Amino acid sequence: MSSDRLGRPPALLIVPAALATLLLVVPLVSLVARTPWRRLPELLFTEEVGLALRLSLLTSTVALAVCLVLGLPLAWFLARTDFPGRSLLRALVTVPLVLPPVVAGVALLAAFGRTGSVGGPLRDLTGITLPYTTVAVVLAHVFVSMPFFVISVEGALRTADPAYDAAAATLGATRWTTFRRVTVPLAMPGIVAGLVLGWARSLGEFGATITFAGNFPGTTQTMPSLVFVELQHDQEAARVISLVMLAISIGVLTLFRDRWLGTP
Amino acid sequence: MSLDVRVVVPGRVEAAFTSPLGETVAVIGPNGAGKSTLVGAVAGLVRAGGHVRLGKEELTERTVRDRRIGFVFQDKLLFPHLSALANVAFGPRSRGTPRRAAEQTARDWLERLGIGDLAGRKPGQLSGGQAQRVAIARALATDPQLLLLDEPMAGLDVRVATALRIELAHHLAAYGGTTLLVTHDALDALTIADRVLVLDEGRVAQFGTPAEVAAQPATEHVAQLVGLNVLRDGDHFTAFPPSAVNVSLDEPAGSARLHWRGTVTNAAPHGEALRLRASTESGPELIADVTPAAATELSLAPGRAVWLTVKETAVRRY
Repeated sequence: MSSDRLGRPPALLIVPAALATLLLVVPLVSLVARTPWRRLPELLFTEEVGLALRLSLLTSTVALAVCLVLGLPLAWFLARTDFPGRSLLRALVTVPLVLPPVVAGVALLAAFGRTGSVGGPLRDLTGITLPYTTVAVVLAHVFVSMPFFVISVEGALRTADPAYDAAAATLGATRWTTFRRVTVPLAMPGIVAGLVLGWARSLGEFGATITFAGNFPGTTQTMPSLVFVELQHDQEAARVISLVMLAISIGVLTLFRDRWLGTP
Repeated sequence: MSLDVRVVVPGRVEAAFTSPLGETVAVIGPNGAGKSTLVGAVAGLVRAGGHVRLGKEELTERTVRDRRIGFVFQDKLLFPHLSALANVAFGPRSRGTPRRAAEQTARDWLERLGIGDLAGRKPGQLSGGQAQRVAIARALATDPQLLLLDEPMAGLDVRVATALRIELAHHLAAYGGTTLLVTHDALDALTIADRVLVLDEGRVAQFGTPAEVAAQPATEHVAQLVGLNVLRDGDHFTAFPPSAVNVSLDEPAGSARLHWRGTVTNAAPHGEALRLRASTESGPELIADVTPAAATELSLAPGRAVWLTVKETAVRRY
């Protein structure tokens, strides 16, 4: 390795780097090591886990679709157009990234709750209430994962050379054609990376979901909520469900890593 | 009927010219003279004041798309995710031609540029010369009313550029529309163009036929491009070929009026001779051709202090 020629890495860097690795790896290894393999089938193949898994996959996938349909245009506006207040808009989009999830849940209640600023009029007009429904789970997921998606895609759009947009315009393409046939294909690796990031964030979402949508098996109880419930009375069950989520996460990561994320 | 352009980009370009429709105008000048900015402004890609009129059409306020131009970019900008065929078909398809017809048009253009067999390749699988042919085909396939080429030969090796230059001249003649060709190569300007626009520091230094510009260059840059020494004194120019410059190590005695003390900055083979570039104390940069024997005898290498003299009989004034 060429860095060897510059001398050994200093101990002052080796020790913290090793500690960082341990901190990240030990919990995951422990989770796998302490899996009650013998009880696994009985703990895993229950109606509750089946319902939660189905709901988690459904809501995170729908949330992802919403992110793509609404978030991609937003990312395009942030990356490719110039309008007053663009920096402010970008700042607002990033707020949910740093917001505690439970606060996100409270904010969603304030907006879409029975008496919320949108939820109140909605109930008066149509009789529909959102909290504690599967739609609320999706809303919570969208709220927390959209910023990941938008920021990641905006970065990808900025890296894709805008000169290609200019070339397309000289060839007679409208901005929509350019978006569809040039910009999006060129930014595709970044878009997929954003989808993976957003989906992972959505799958793991707990705080906003339980605050805004509750924890009812079959309608709003996602995998993380189920883990939280199981932890109260059967830690082994909680570990088994967590193992499933770990497996899903690693599976998605390896599936997309080689093809899109570009890092070995 | 003419192409009437006035471009003002504060601090960079302030240039105007009028050229008959159907002609090819070469835009030449040193790096940073504003050549790319000028064609960018004509295309609408660079924000600029002034106007662009093509015959009766006023292009100034139109978007890039609605100007109906063809643009060959310096770095080609072929869409990397599309095949050569899809790149060329992109223009016609964007203008509403159905896919099949657009692909047929694209195929015809690739054939015409001699790369019909490369239709299925992605830009990453093409050589520089092949990619530039695709870029030219892509621009022409939209049937533009105005064709803009920004240094189409840049980055190609000499052999490829020479072949492409001949072809390009042929295609431009067949195209029949109005063309602006940015180049830093005197050959392009003199062989392909009907008119030459010389830009210097963002302003038009000269606008004329290739013969006029070659015979009486108005800037040192163009003079060197066409292989002439030109000294400017107000509106008066003094021109002499490099072969008329005598190089010696001692101060020349006698009546030669034109002599300079200078330093050799560059020496390169030029035909049978060695072409020297020398910076002089009084200002102008001169080129001089000497025989290899003389160069060896006088140790003429970069850094060497020399005297340069020109016989009055070899000088042309205008």
